[in-house]
Parts: sequence; C-alpha cells; structure tokens
Amino acid sequence: MTRIKLVLLICLGIMLAISGFQLYRHRHYSVPIVAGPGVTKVVKLSTYLPAIKGTMADTWVFFLEGQEPGGSALILGNTHANEPEGLLAALVMIENAQVEKGTLIIIPQFNHSASRTTRPGDGYPLYFHISTPWGEKRFRLGNRDASPLDQWPDPDVYIHYPERQLLSFIDARNVNRTWPGRPNGLPMEQVTCAAMELIKKEKVDLVVDIHGAETMFPVTNCLVAPEKSAKLATMVSLTVKARENFDSHVEPSPPKFRGLSHREIGDYSEAWPFLLEAPIPFLDQPTGPKTEKFLLDGRDPFLLRLARKNKLFVPYDESGWPMEKRVGQHLSVTQEIWRQYSRRTPERAIIVRGVPRYAEVVEKGVGYYFHDPSSAPREKVYFN
Amino acid sequence: MISYYFITAFVAAMIFWNFWLEKKKVDRMVLYLLVLVPLLLRLLRVK
Repeated sequence: MTRIKLVLLICLGIMLAISGFQLYRHRHYSVPIVAGPGVTKVVKLSTYLPAIKGTMADTWVFFLEGQEPGGSALILGNTHANEPEGLLAALVMIENAQVEKGTLIIIPQFNHSASRTTRPGDGYPLYFHISTPWGEKRFRLGNRDASPLDQWPDPDVYIHYPERQLLSFIDARNVNRTWPGRPNGLPMEQVTCAAMELIKKEKVDLVVDIHGAETMFPVTNCLVAPEKSAKLATMVSLTVKARENFDSHVEPSPPKFRGLSHREIGDYSEAWPFLLEAPIPFLDQPTGPKTEKFLLDGRDPFLLRLARKNKLFVPYDESGWPMEKRVGQHLSVTQEIWRQYSRRTPERAIIVRGVPRYAEVVEKGVGYYFHDPSSAPREKVYFN
Repeated sequence: MISYYFITAFVAAMIFWNFWLEKKKVDRMVLYLLVLVPLLLRLLRVK
C-alpha cells in the first residue's frame, strides 16, 4: 500500500509541476504594446492613487493629446479580462489614433490582476494569438475577476461602498462592481477609486467601458447608458445602424444596481459613461470546448441549434461572431460617441483620425492594425 | 491575510494526514490528493 501512496504522490508532484509552471509563466508573461504616433504621455494608474503603486492592480494609462484643446474621453479595455475585444479595441486606438482636438486617455488592461489569472473550472486557453502582417501576436486570456493571489480571501457577502448594497462575494474582485471605489478599500476598490480620481483630475467628459457578453444574455450587442447619456447613446445607436448596418441597441443603466461603471461614474462625477457590449459566444455555457479557435471565430454547433430554436438574443448563423466583427463594432460605436458629443458641445469636441471603423476591421482583420514591437523604437514599447 | 494561509496549511496537512492513514481504498487516496491540489497551489502562490 505504501508503494501505491508513493506512486500517487509522484503523480501529484508531476501534475503540480506541469500546471504550476504553466500558470506561473502565464502570470508573468507581458504583452508588448507599441505606443503609436498619437501617444504623448504614458503614466501608471498609481499616479492618481499611490496606494496601488508596485501592486498587480497598477496598470498603464496612455494619453493621446491633440494640438487644440477640447474635451476628453477615457477608454477602458479589459475591465473583464476574459472579454478580449475590449483590450484589442483599446490597443488598436493606442497604436493608430492621432488626436487633432481634445484628449484620449486609454487604459487597455483596466483589471490588470484579472488578466494574469485564468478562469478556474472552465478549461480556458491561457493565451490567444492574433495574426498580423509581421507574424502572430500573443495575448494572455484572463478571467472576469482579479486573481485571488492579489485579493484574498473573498468576503461572505460583498457590501458595496458607499451604497451598502449586498452583492455576490465574487464581485469584490470584479472592477465592474466596485465603482466608485475608495482609497483604503480592497485592491479592486482602489483601482476604481484611482480611475475616479483620474476622471475628476483630467476633467473627463466621456467614459467608454468596453465589454463582451454572452449571446444568451439579454444585455448583449448593446450600449448601456444612464439617464444623462441616454439621448446621446440613442443617436449613436441609430447612426451606426443607418450608416454601418450593424445593431447596437440602447439599454438603460438600472438605477438600483450599484457598483457598475455606467451607473457610478455618472452619479459620482461629471462624466457621461457608456458601457459597450458585443456578443462573445465563447462566454456562453452550453457550448463545445472553450478553444482558442472558438474564442476568435465565435462558431459553435450547439449555439447554432439554440439559435434555430430562438433561444439567443442576437442573430447567429454558421459564420459565428468573429473577433473582427466584435472589435470593429466597438471601434465604430466609440468613435460615434465622440462624434455625436463633439456635435453637441463644439467647445469640448474630441476629433480623432486614424482609427478604423467596422467595415475596415472586418475586411482587414484586427492584426492589420498592430505594429511590430521588435522593429519599433525601444522607448515606444510598453510591457503590460 | 497571513492567517488564511495558516488555515490553508492546516487543512492541507489534515488532508495529507488522512491520505497517509488510508490503508485500503485507492480511490479515496486519489480523492484526497485531488482536493489537496488547489490548497498546495495556493500555498505555493501559483494560483
């Protein structure tokens, strides 16, 4: 019997060594980001709240300032690090946007800690790759919530600050439930608190939080907006439907559901928040294996059968919901938000060129807009 | 947070002790080790 125990212990050791090594490498792998010609300043989020300095919660903030003063917009990617279209859309902007008027502030990996862990029990791939003209670019696939290595243990019930609403324990690690945050709170409350400080200090007019949502979830393929930004959101939705022929309907931000970016940013600052959702079939539960191919092309036979029974909230056919379509939608909707805002308030206009729209991204692919970090000047490459 | 690591170490030690005391059922031994995996990963600060 002792021999069996020893064999089992050796098997356990091998299992731990293999999985531990892979998880360690994933946590410490950094994605190179090439700062494009429009980037004028790069700082850490801890500039606005020194408490997160040197922790996994800290992340890069890219400033793209125009020659002419105007309004400013904050773009958040990877609020949920298992919804990579937000990250990719933010990186396309960082690498290509050139601002003529106003300022763009982009945080591509808002929940930095979540991007360095994986989802337990769902068999997620640790990485995904995007084809570019110069080769494949590798990205970490993260989780919805921050790593328990950075914020642990979870409370039995998460009590939202300052509204004191009782939320699920897991949402204490979800930066889309911890707005507006507090300086001495949990690390994820500190992240949102730092972002709130940034919004106030930089006088941000618009905040666009980019996400992806399941095809079986009703709040998908949409633009979530609170009362104060609802009118503008409606104009954006109608315009992209008419001009670019894709749907992104408006969902009202529920006033009694606390902690969400589209609720708290609007309530606790002057900024107008918007949360963008594109359908990401990979997040649905009744699907085949969660492979990298499925993440990128969004094709699944089980979802197709459900679509034929009208069980999905978005149109779904054999072509799936590829990444190009999701990123393209986000880029078009984001640009339309600036455009509509600039028309309303010309003195706070934000004029940006160089960012592709939906049809261009669908035609050329997302990777077409990424620059080769090995041939870029070293001072232009940031590792996140 | 350090006290939670002590609790994890204690639970891991108990599970290992049960594994070591198990004399007959191999399936139980395997189950003890499987339950031990996340606790060890946490103690090693891998996940």
